[in-house]
Amino acid sequence: MSPSGACEACLRRGWLVGHLAPRLAALLGESPTPGKRRGRLLALPDAELIEATCCAERRAEAHSLLETFDPARAREALLTVEVEAVCRHALTYPSGLSDLDDAPAVLFVAGGAGRLKALTGAPAVTVVGTRRPSPYGLEVARVLGRGLSAAGVTVVSGLALGIDASAHRGALEGGGAVVAVLARGPDAAYPRSHQRLYERVRTEGCVVSEFPPGVPVHRWAFPARNRIMAALGSVTVVVEADDPSGSLITCRFAEDLGRTVAAVPGRITTGAARGTNRLLRDGARVVLGPEDLLEELFGPGAAPVAPVPDPPVLESPLAEVLAAIEGSAGVSAIAARTGLAPGAVRAALGRLEVMGLVRRDGLGFERTAAPAYAARS
Amino acid sequence: MLATATTFTIEGVRGREILVEVDVRRGLPAFTVVGLPDATVREARERVRAALLNSALDFPMQRVTANLAPAYLRKHGATFDLALAVALLAASGQVPPEALPGLAVCGELSLGGAIRPVRGALAMAFAAAAAGCARIVVPPDNAGEAALAGIDALPVPDLTSLVDVLHGRLAPEPARPPAFAPREGAGLPDLADVRGQEDARRALEIAAAGGHSLLMVGPPGAGKTMLARRLPGILPPPSLEEAVEITNVHSVAGLVNGGLVSERPFRAPHHSISAPGLVGGGAHPRPGEVSLAHGGVLFLDELAEFSRVALEALRQPLEDGRSVVTRGQRTIEFPARAMLAAACNPCPCGRGAERCVCGPMAVARYRRRLSGPLLDRIDLTCELGPVAPGALAGPGAGECSAAVRERVVSARERQADRLRGSGALANAGIAAGMLRGAARPAPDAERRLAEGHALLGLSARGHARVLRVARTIADLEGADRIEATHVDEALGYRHAPAIGEAA
Repeated sequence: MSPSGACEACLRRGWLVGHLAPRLAALLGESPTPGKRRGRLLALPDAELIEATCCAERRAEAHSLLETFDPARAREALLTVEVEAVCRHALTYPSGLSDLDDAPAVLFVAGGAGRLKALTGAPAVTVVGTRRPSPYGLEVARVLGRGLSAAGVTVVSGLALGIDASAHRGALEGGGAVVAVLARGPDAAYPRSHQRLYERVRTEGCVVSEFPPGVPVHRWAFPARNRIMAALGSVTVVVEADDPSGSLITCRFAEDLGRTVAAVPGRITTGAARGTNRLLRDGARVVLGPEDLLEELFGPGAAPVAPVPDPPVLESPLAEVLAAIEGSAGVSAIAARTGLAPGAVRAALGRLEVMGLVRRDGLGFERTAAPAYAARS
Repeated sequence: MLATATTFTIEGVRGREILVEVDVRRGLPAFTVVGLPDATVREARERVRAALLNSALDFPMQRVTANLAPAYLRKHGATFDLALAVALLAASGQVPPEALPGLAVCGELSLGGAIRPVRGALAMAFAAAAAGCARIVVPPDNAGEAALAGIDALPVPDLTSLVDVLHGRLAPEPARPPAFAPREGAGLPDLADVRGQEDARRALEIAAAGGHSLLMVGPPGAGKTMLARRLPGILPPPSLEEAVEITNVHSVAGLVNGGLVSERPFRAPHHSISAPGLVGGGAHPRPGEVSLAHGGVLFLDELAEFSRVALEALRQPLEDGRSVVTRGQRTIEFPARAMLAAACNPCPCGRGAERCVCGPMAVARYRRRLSGPLLDRIDLTCELGPVAPGALAGPGAGECSAAVRERVVSARERQADRLRGSGALANAGIAAGMLRGAARPAPDAERRLAEGHALLGLSARGHARVLRVARTIADLEGADRIEATHVDEALGYRHAPAIGEAA
């Protein structure tokens, strides 16, 4: 085994996939469905892959890349961006990926191959969801991420806007057992606006990708990335997803791999919950909190649960105000429901916010998910 | 022969003395104006010549040289007409030169010899009094405001009458200053018209009581503008001194004619306004909207649509209560002690929360535009939901402005007692260093603040803001010390970033 954790052939394959990425985009179109799974193109050996994707001229170019590939220079390039390569023959290669018949030959890791081994060796849950979540979805993703990582479970997600980012943030709060799978090289954030989150994940967890550093995103790379996410977690949980959506593609991968699919119930009138509610109707595991996922992973009662704090005892009028919040409520509405003066409602909300029991939501206040879970035994 | 007349030009909102010297002597007939006149001042020659001739006076067929001193200052505008005519009449022996010392003149001339109103007559009258003049000749339209300066303001309608006055043949009655009768909110829109929105009414009351800046966030049609327009009506009526200050600024901007502004102004500039339009500026610097709102309310609707430059420019005037414009070698200051009220939509589409159709990037961009420059100057944020259908149909149950104003006035009185000598007029103006002494939080309240600081991640500035607002809430209640509930309520109005915004 080579010192950087990838043998020459696998490293070369990784570079070839990066080189062919724009060709694959043209060949696969915009949204490859898991049924026709990228035509299993990524499972083909090098020569056939080139044959399948390139015209004569491009073929020569690809072959010359393979022939002139210099592993020493590739390793040097990896070293300069502090990315390691882990190939499927290495001990540090995540075992979950072996279940894929088109598993990436090599995984590029920012954050340390050793840490990746530790993170993927532990039980892992993949959290996915819409890029346009409701505040409720964001809150739930965060609570799940926090609860899972606090219990020592690795949280896998895709660093995307919305649910993904919230799950990552929760996991970082809970202790940092977090893996982000990117649809581009692992050397930079995608989307760019998540640069700070990317850096935190990279410092405290791992950022991985099947593409070598510097390869930009292509549309087909997102569903391809989703197969890796599905394979890394033993459970895939969806927090808010529309139908159809990338999150549902991840779920289909997870089902194909024999992983458990779980979903958080949402309002049936909200588009953002259409996909998750359909999953639940079709038999996905219902998730009402991190406990449900821990139970799925460890069996009933066996979960290493963090001590549950006692629900805080509220004096009047805090309890009344909290009880009057249904969904998102404005101060005027709460005042009307409780009969309190608006100033008194503001004061109660200010206090409840400091206590972490409510939070602001655009035009009003909502209960946070935390106390509801704390109240469960 | 040589004669000198005293007149004034406007610099910022103050008058500046200009001496108009006219020399008439034998030579080829000519009329020259020197002393950095711009084109508008040079045109005065034609107006003066025609006005004199049409008033049956002589225009000397000699060499006429006029000098506007100090000569280094650029002169602009038509306010020098009357002084030029008067000095010319004295220099050509048509009026007695000894009538000129101690007399200031201002006014624009028509070709027929009538004296037309000018901008900033009050500022000129103040400057005349400061320069030691006993009397000032003003256009009749400006006489009332000029009399506010405590100087004999003589309303003179035309050049013929002015010659009679200078000869002592006519002694016009000095104008009487307009009566100061603050109208206690009469004529201003009343809070009783607002249905529902109890929470926003409370926020409005606190803002008025402490002079705090207020941001209302809500969907279109929730009543943000309607509420903001009712702010002047619940503020305490201006004192005579404030009314004179307000009148002065408005007079310089050409917004009043003769009268005294006895209501607090409400200015609502459109969001396309430029930075100079907002804070003052231009080649001949004029007061901006924030100065026109001096003593009253500056309302920025659609806060997120204002240009970043304009909002940046607003920070310093809001902080200092004055706006400073630098032009070349001159620095000009405008008063700008206005209360800021602002409104914006919760997101670009305006629907907010669950009915929003904006993409996450669009919302993030929108919030970023808001968050930077101005948001850390906002003391109170209040969200307005759509009005419940029931509230619109029922009888107007809202409290009227007069009742709210009564509470605001008594809260302001408590503040005035406490803040005497500190330079601050209301709680919003308490300097950070004096805050702890002035605010007097009870031990409980201190604990709540410390908790908020730790758990909500309040900045030092946010901390001070919460304390000021809490002080105002306590004042409204008549409490001597800030109690825990006052801090809680103040925390309820703070502007919190949407979740997911911080990495």
